[in-house]
Amino acid sequence: MDIFGRLTIESLPFYSAVAASGAAVTVLGGLAVAGAITYFGAWRMVMTQWVSSVDHKKIGIMYIMLALVMLVRGFVDAAMMRSQQAIAYNSDGYLPPDHFDQIFSSHGTIMIFFMAMPFLSGLANLIVPQQIGSRDVAFPFMNSVSLWLTTAGAGLMLLSLVIGKFSTAGWTGYPPYSGVEYTPGVGVDYWLWMVFIAGFGTTMTGINFLVTILKNRAPGMTMFRLPLFTWTIFVTSVLIIFAFPALTVATGMLILDRNFGFHFFTNAMGGNMMNYINLFWLWGHPEVYILILPAFGVFSEVVSVFSQKRLFGYVSLVCATMAIGLLSFTVWLHHFFTMGSSARVNSFFGTMTTIISVPTGVKVFDWLLTMYRGRIIFKPPMLFTIGFLVTFVIGGLSGVLLALPPIDYLMHNTTFLVAHFHNMIIPGVLFGYLAGYMYWFPKAFGFKLNEKWGTRAFWCWIIGFYLAFMPLYVLGLLGMPRRMEHYDIAAWQPHLIVAWVGAFIIMLGMICLGVQLVVSIRDRKEALDLTGDPWNGRSLEWATSSPAAPYNFAVLPKVEAREAWWDMKQRGVAYERPKEYEDIVMPKNTYVGFVIGIAGFVFGFAMIWWMWWLALLSLAVIVGGIIFRASDDDDEFVMTASEVKAIEDERFAQLAKAPKNEMADEPGFAGEPAAEPAI
Amino acid sequence: MSSIADMTISPRDAERYEEKDFGFWLYLMSDAVIFACLFATYLVMVGNAAGGPTPKDVFELDRAAAETALLLLSSTTFGIAAVALSAGERGKVLMWLAITFVLGAGFIFLEIGEFRGMIAEGAGPDRSGFLSAFFTLVGTHGFHVSVGLVWILVMIGQVFVKGLTAPVASRLMRLGLFWHFLDIIWVVIFSVVYLPGLM
Repeated sequence: MDIFGRLTIESLPFYSAVAASGAAVTVLGGLAVAGAITYFGAWRMVMTQWVSSVDHKKIGIMYIMLALVMLVRGFVDAAMMRSQQAIAYNSDGYLPPDHFDQIFSSHGTIMIFFMAMPFLSGLANLIVPQQIGSRDVAFPFMNSVSLWLTTAGAGLMLLSLVIGKFSTAGWTGYPPYSGVEYTPGVGVDYWLWMVFIAGFGTTMTGINFLVTILKNRAPGMTMFRLPLFTWTIFVTSVLIIFAFPALTVATGMLILDRNFGFHFFTNAMGGNMMNYINLFWLWGHPEVYILILPAFGVFSEVVSVFSQKRLFGYVSLVCATMAIGLLSFTVWLHHFFTMGSSARVNSFFGTMTTIISVPTGVKVFDWLLTMYRGRIIFKPPMLFTIGFLVTFVIGGLSGVLLALPPIDYLMHNTTFLVAHFHNMIIPGVLFGYLAGYMYWFPKAFGFKLNEKWGTRAFWCWIIGFYLAFMPLYVLGLLGMPRRMEHYDIAAWQPHLIVAWVGAFIIMLGMICLGVQLVVSIRDRKEALDLTGDPWNGRSLEWATSSPAAPYNFAVLPKVEAREAWWDMKQRGVAYERPKEYEDIVMPKNTYVGFVIGIAGFVFGFAMIWWMWWLALLSLAVIVGGIIFRASDDDDEFVMTASEVKAIEDERFAQLAKAPKNEMADEPGFAGEPAAEPAI
Repeated sequence: MSSIADMTISPRDAERYEEKDFGFWLYLMSDAVIFACLFATYLVMVGNAAGGPTPKDVFELDRAAAETALLLLSSTTFGIAAVALSAGERGKVLMWLAITFVLGAGFIFLEIGEFRGMIAEGAGPDRSGFLSAFFTLVGTHGFHVSVGLVWILVMIGQVFVKGLTAPVASRLMRLGLFWHFLDIIWVVIFSVVYLPGLM
């Protein structure tokens, strides 16, 4: 057997200029990063303080960096599709069908698995332990493994651009098209293995956060005192634990079909392709809520802090979150009403889908009523929140339309659907994560992001969004199927050109985000967050310094009320200096998680290209790494009380220099919460 | 873990072990969903023999009964090892872990023989949808048992080298959860796959 399996020199992308330039950008981007690290002599720092880190805050930052890189890649795909469709009336455009199909497949895969999922894990890592008054997550080492397995999946995604081709089967990979009979080659295998490997990392993240939230809360932090963001991560973790196995099974079976001649989903020999679609969406629908609930959590935090008012309807928001979590397992069939289930089955799932919009509606009213009579401060995170509220309702209404099976029969697979789910996911998920990114950035790095560029990014994103997706609703009603590489109906083109303009404006939004980051780093001295509480916050993550010390809290906080930090400020016990410090046990850094991630990446690559010896070798490395780690009882070290004191002394020296509250200069700053409105 | 004789564990460590146990339970729940999906798939596909062998043609009751006996017995012997652990008797722990390993390995040996025999008769997983589902369900369970066997070997090594320390005892506790979980899954496989197939 050939040691390179089915990998040959023809797998390199010299067959097409567009593909080759994509590969070149990927390779040069990687080289540029490596070059920059070498130029700054930072390899030692990167390896010892970041790659081997088990600190949840650093892991969170690395997740979000991964998410932002993949956001750029996913956006480039989107821009290419919009450009193709804008010009492809009675013309081939500039993308051949095979390439266009790869692009819509990779766009969806990237945005769901390697942009939204890492962004969610990143925000959870950064904030949840601090919000519950904990020093770390329950399993810091497993956290590192999760990060590097997710990165391994994203690495395979980027590699597919350089070696071989990507899947043309869409981000859902439906058989029989995705089966080996109709789609030979490595594309679908790339998709399968990256999803499979990253899925393991995500499952471990779910377990980690569920245990952390249930077991590691500070004294007095009862479940009904948890901040809303932590509540949403709690429910999302439950969904991850129960939903991701279905994805593992569906992709695992398709891997067996494609590589080992099994007949799960083939046309002949007793295969049943409808089973794939059921298993996939049994994961896929909960996944929608896995992504959107944490964003709801961010909105809940942001809307309360920037309205300077207690969150309206805390208990109803918690109940709505749990109701959505439960109902999310009862609606998966609405993704394939047209598969041909009986009318009774379809009407059950149509009804459930309509019902699930109720708790979401409850949330919208709670957010609106939080703003009502609040003293609103229009910082970028709040702008994204308001933009979300308005836009999301439109997407929700189109979803209620699609929930009716007879209407779905007409709309199925049209751009109306594309418009609907982008209308949910861009305001619902992405705006939420961007709001969280701008809201919590000072906590991660100790300085605020530039507000002017943040505001510009917001306006470009929201205007671009409306221009890019409202025409797709119309096109759907005009009967345009999704995923069209070219078309011959003149009436479609004007709408597609408007959508292209929208994509262009979103590109300006992306550029604003980049400029915001650069400008903020350049001017960081003027936006330093010395108190650790730049927004006059209400939950415990604002009690720590910015960035937080490795142990977060030198003394675990005693929580006495729902908005723990706000309550401490009201009682005048915030920033109280403890009389003495004690030793703190901390997890040691380790490279084992990174090695497992690298081996996972190599394993995936070897399985895709049928290099069995390499697959066995990398599997042996993974097993060896786990056994090595499981036999190591010396994985913690003690930070002595005097070391803790030194860090805390510095913190209090900084606090003495800082103005008491940096938000006091803002117009409309209340200093104390506005009275609850009488309704 | 406080039941283990002659072992003092700090409250912090006790809390850590409890977290690990709880996390492991959650993993088992997640794994149970994997098996639930595989069982559902098997039940959907059991009739899809595509003109090839049906359950009646390929299952052997004797072999399935022997596999069941070995695996259930291995759960009992693991239980005895756990009793020895709480009594702090290292030699007995090692012995009963070794016996558990032998029984588990016997199960895997029989299962591999069953699979090889079926493939040789032309009833491999590429023959039909039914056989794909059968091999995947039973094979996934067998893979788990194999992982458990490696884990038992590692724990025998740890008990041998480190003795019955608190972290080792905590790991043995989770290995026990895993091993008994696989037993339960096998009972379901026997009742859902083999018995109806032969009736």
